[in-house]
Amino acid sequence: MKKLHSVLAASILVGALLPLSFSCQPKNAGNAVSGDAAIKSYVAPGQYDKFYNFVSGGFSGQLSIYGLPSGRLLRVVPVFSNDAEKGYGYSEETKPMLQTSHGAVPWDDLHHTELSQTNGEIDGRWIFANANNTPRVARIDLSTYRTAEIIELPNSAGNHSSPFITENTEYVVAGTRFSVPPDNANGDVPINSYRKNFKGSISFIKVGKEGDMDIAFQLRCPGVNFDLSHSGKGPSSGWFFFSCYNTEQANTLLEVNASKRDKDFVMAVNWKKAEEYLKAGKGTKETVRYAHNVYNEKTHSATSEIKTSVTVLDTRELKDICYFIPCPKSPHGCDVDPTGEFIVGSGKLAALVPVFSFEKLQKAIAAKDFIGDYDGIPVVKYESALYGELKKPGLGPLHTEFDGKGNAITTFFVSSEIVKWNIKDLKILDRQPTYYSPGHLCIPGGDTRKPNAQYVIVYNKITKDRYLPTGPELAQSAQLFDITGDKMQLILDFPTIGEPHYAQAVSADLIKNNSVKFYKLEENKNPFVAKGEAETKVERKGNRVDVYLTAIRSHFAPDNIEGIKMGDEVYWHVTNLEQDWDVPHGFAIKSAPNAELLIMPGETQTLKWSPEKPGIYPFYCTDFCSALHQEMQGYVRVSPAGSNTPLLFSTGKNLPEPDSAVAK
Amino acid sequence: MKKLSIVLSLLALVCCSSCNNDETTSAAAMAPAATATGGGQENVKDDMSAKDIVKVAVGSKDHTTLVAALKQADLVTSLSNAGPFTVFAPTDEAFAKLPAGTVDGLMKPEQKDALVNILQYHVAVSVIKAESLTDGQVLGMVNGDNVTVHVKDGKITLNNGAAIVGSVQASNGIIHIIDGVLLPPAAEKK
Repeated sequence: MKKLHSVLAASILVGALLPLSFSCQPKNAGNAVSGDAAIKSYVAPGQYDKFYNFVSGGFSGQLSIYGLPSGRLLRVVPVFSNDAEKGYGYSEETKPMLQTSHGAVPWDDLHHTELSQTNGEIDGRWIFANANNTPRVARIDLSTYRTAEIIELPNSAGNHSSPFITENTEYVVAGTRFSVPPDNANGDVPINSYRKNFKGSISFIKVGKEGDMDIAFQLRCPGVNFDLSHSGKGPSSGWFFFSCYNTEQANTLLEVNASKRDKDFVMAVNWKKAEEYLKAGKGTKETVRYAHNVYNEKTHSATSEIKTSVTVLDTRELKDICYFIPCPKSPHGCDVDPTGEFIVGSGKLAALVPVFSFEKLQKAIAAKDFIGDYDGIPVVKYESALYGELKKPGLGPLHTEFDGKGNAITTFFVSSEIVKWNIKDLKILDRQPTYYSPGHLCIPGGDTRKPNAQYVIVYNKITKDRYLPTGPELAQSAQLFDITGDKMQLILDFPTIGEPHYAQAVSADLIKNNSVKFYKLEENKNPFVAKGEAETKVERKGNRVDVYLTAIRSHFAPDNIEGIKMGDEVYWHVTNLEQDWDVPHGFAIKSAPNAELLIMPGETQTLKWSPEKPGIYPFYCTDFCSALHQEMQGYVRVSPAGSNTPLLFSTGKNLPEPDSAVAK
Repeated sequence: MKKLSIVLSLLALVCCSSCNNDETTSAAAMAPAATATGGGQENVKDDMSAKDIVKVAVGSKDHTTLVAALKQADLVTSLSNAGPFTVFAPTDEAFAKLPAGTVDGLMKPEQKDALVNILQYHVAVSVIKAESLTDGQVLGMVNGDNVTVHVKDGKITLNNGAAIVGSVQASNGIIHIIDGVLLPPAAEKK
């Protein structure tokens, strides 16, 4: 430590001397800039970042949004997990968002994000996210930055190879990590009957013009683990590629038993062909149960509907939908380059990275150049689909993104590095260590036809000594590399929430002007809205009490309420009357066992509350809204059941009796 | 050092910002390059946690050749990683059984690729305990080649007869100490 201090002191000294020795050089000193990391990631206070970075929150279940290159956290959008901070999953309006066929599921594991595309380019309308545990896909609106829709997936478990999309966002796909007995079959079977009873399912979710999601069909596939996927593009339009592992079909100790075969598969899916079969009525309708939850921005409320049917296409019978391409050793990443010709499969345990050629694959399929079949699916000869192999690239290849200049960048978990390589000549151009053990990586547009390759962001799994210690658990580190030069240059570390897996990034210019500033009060169709203080009221129907409350700087109306009785269920419907950007109001009441509400301007949100004993309960605004925010409060009086306290509510009128103040 | 360099460049940035408020890039002209160098997790200062494979090997008096070879082959960072690994660790005696000059030859910089290949042939990604090894089992090793396991009368041998003489659990995997060096198929042909 002493040494460190002295070095530190020396550096401060040097830092202090620098302005003297190099003072005020001319502008546009371009060469010097390229050598400096701090300035490349520095965004001055008040300046906008150049990119949005949408990062999966992993086991937090949420989506986090960072600015790049600063690494500043801009927003956490609740998606699959309750968020007491925003009332998400607690307010009556948002509760339906987390409904499933298993009831309310208030947590999940969000692994991957994918921005909507048009013509294979990011269009900035929505971002999709997957729930890995209780299989679901969500769509987040990029004007409100809220979860707009969640659809559950039947016949699935561990929705991992998701939510990757086709070039025009025709479909979002969702492949099972865990194969399981189909929902309409008897699932009460011995676990070691995996080979007989367990099946893989891949869902193709149709996305409508307004973003509305509907499961168009499912592919019934052999029981293996589907891991990751990416859409074809350009020449490979109409195809989708999924990595598969555990082709050993092990049901226990996969660490050993799913690592036995030299090659697993990349599964190529001709989804245009699947559409034809669907049209021709080759699908089978199966009775299942899955939830479809939609948030309506006009009613500011979500609805949840249980759907009961899904159309299944059996890929064993409909033979020209799916083809297996052998891929070495438990492939993880399955990434398609911007030209659509090359498919990169990254075997976690492989000593090389194979690059498959779509053109060769098509020829091999046409020539029936198969080495046999796997559970009814033709297996293409490895060499016949192979463009070439990236040899000895590093240890533990996981994921690849593309720079649009003919190069790929791949993460290597075991050797803890990223490697840049040329796709055509399969030569390694650069390798840089990451700290430590990278999982996913992201180049803005790096999985689209048009990457915007200024940066690669690497999401590391291990942090150890990178930040000040915070006990046994440390925030996962993201690392930003400038990739505009020949060598990738590390310019910034920043901590993340949950555990980041896949991420997307997009130029801020494409979407920043679409951001909503507030909701128009006159368009508020929530049945419990109060569009002004004149509309506020408290209504009793039996033991249900509806409080139509408004919030505006800096008071609630009403703010004195009496006549609530034990046994009542009180619904606080709070409308934020503000029509001004960045003025949410919060609502919290003492003893509420769930959460607060955070109500956006023009919005109505509802908190259900049942007092547990008689007395006076204060409520207040939680989001600092004005200089008199601390005055923004109210009281509710709760009387015993059966008492005759009249129902009264008011603001500014419930004054003390004239003589009570002086009585002593 | 990497952290200090960043501190240094930030300091320089702060110091210089007064020169030219409207042109932030000019500040960079005065800021030194922040270098991100240094090794991986092997450099993490942590004496409390269970020892990883590298730390166990370094602590063994019978594996000085292996440790030196791992360093020469730049595999220390990888084996300090989260794993999970199974490492077949030849003892110094096992290395000594190789033809005279073999080890010295492999330690030469121009032989690094061959050394890496041989050492990676001793590592599998997954934790396989001795009792899980079965006769005829084929293990895919990190270098891409396979090792075949033989189990007879409770004695476990690999390929050419190297025997497991002991096993040590590490935080990121398991070490099976072996009494011979495994030679990858390509190296054997030579």
